[in-house]
Amino acid sequence: MTMNAAGRGKTFWIGFLVIIVLIAGGVSYLASSSPDGLDSATLQGCEVIEVDGTEVLTGSCIAQHADDHALAASPLADYAIVGKDGTGGLAGVIGVIVTLAIAGGLFWLIARRRSDT
Amino acid sequence: MTQQFVAMHMSDGIINAPTSVIFGVLAVAALGFCGWRARSELDERTVPLAGLVAAFIFAVQMVNFPILPGVSGHLLGGALAAILVGPFTGALCVSIVLVVQSLLFADGGITALGTNITNMSLIGVAAGYATAAITYTFTKQLGASAFVAAVIGTVAAAMGFVIEYAIGGASSASLAAVAGYMFGTHVLIGVGEGVITALTVVAVARARPDLVYLLRNSRKEALA
Repeated sequence: MTMNAAGRGKTFWIGFLVIIVLIAGGVSYLASSSPDGLDSATLQGCEVIEVDGTEVLTGSCIAQHADDHALAASPLADYAIVGKDGTGGLAGVIGVIVTLAIAGGLFWLIARRRSDT
Repeated sequence: MTQQFVAMHMSDGIINAPTSVIFGVLAVAALGFCGWRARSELDERTVPLAGLVAAFIFAVQMVNFPILPGVSGHLLGGALAAILVGPFTGALCVSIVLVVQSLLFADGGITALGTNITNMSLIGVAAGYATAAITYTFTKQLGASAFVAAVIGTVAAAMGFVIEYAIGGASSASLAAVAGYMFGTHVLIGVGEGVITALTVVAVARARPDLVYLLRNSRKEALA
């Protein structure tokens, strides 16, 4: 491989990683806060009303059967750091690092096992 | 009961416990198989891309885009991952994202991991990759194939939920209504998924065509 090709290769990996971090850490603030297709399907038949600052479902819908998440009190729950507003970007970057570490580690082990055999 | 609108995946309790267990066992068995078959897709050159694809899907899933007034959608990533790194590695990428989201960010129930993985990793990847492989063989158009594969993969994943709801849905909402609503919203989400998938796959293919699994694989078949 020439130096030039090696340099281009590096640019690709760094560029890809920078884009990922920018999406998780920045673009994520522009995300729609409306329920997604699945959540919205489970909310059909219900109305969401606010009672004493918490959202309550009235009527009859699938979402009423949904349990609170077993780890709802965890420090990164709901893409916020200890529930603080405005920390979604940082939580996202932490998620990117953790995902990259787990996926990279697992795939490296799988690839290594292959070269052993 | 409180409802958090930042959540993206199925919560616990939507599908009853026995059905969740069955899909949990199915998901674990299928991922074991994927781990075994992924050996033929992964080498030291493609491992970094596979890791970055998982991280990319995690990041892009955070960005919900509006599809209807009051309804949004987000990337599932099955077709994208399968085209770039292969179907078995791709299913592992999406599954890792779902596990990290559930265990670290309390997004997607823990007992619902089996159903969520079945829908978005297994069904989404299988339908997306099959569509991409067939479309690309006939058209040789990577971007168009990626778009169609993403639409089909997204709708197929949504139908996975409908099947699980039919088997063990813990509610009385009519199956036909749920199926119709899921289909309609996920066709729209699929269009967004298709645009993101086509742009991403084409960008990677322009920079490093040697790394794109679908291109490598079709070249291998042409040589054989």
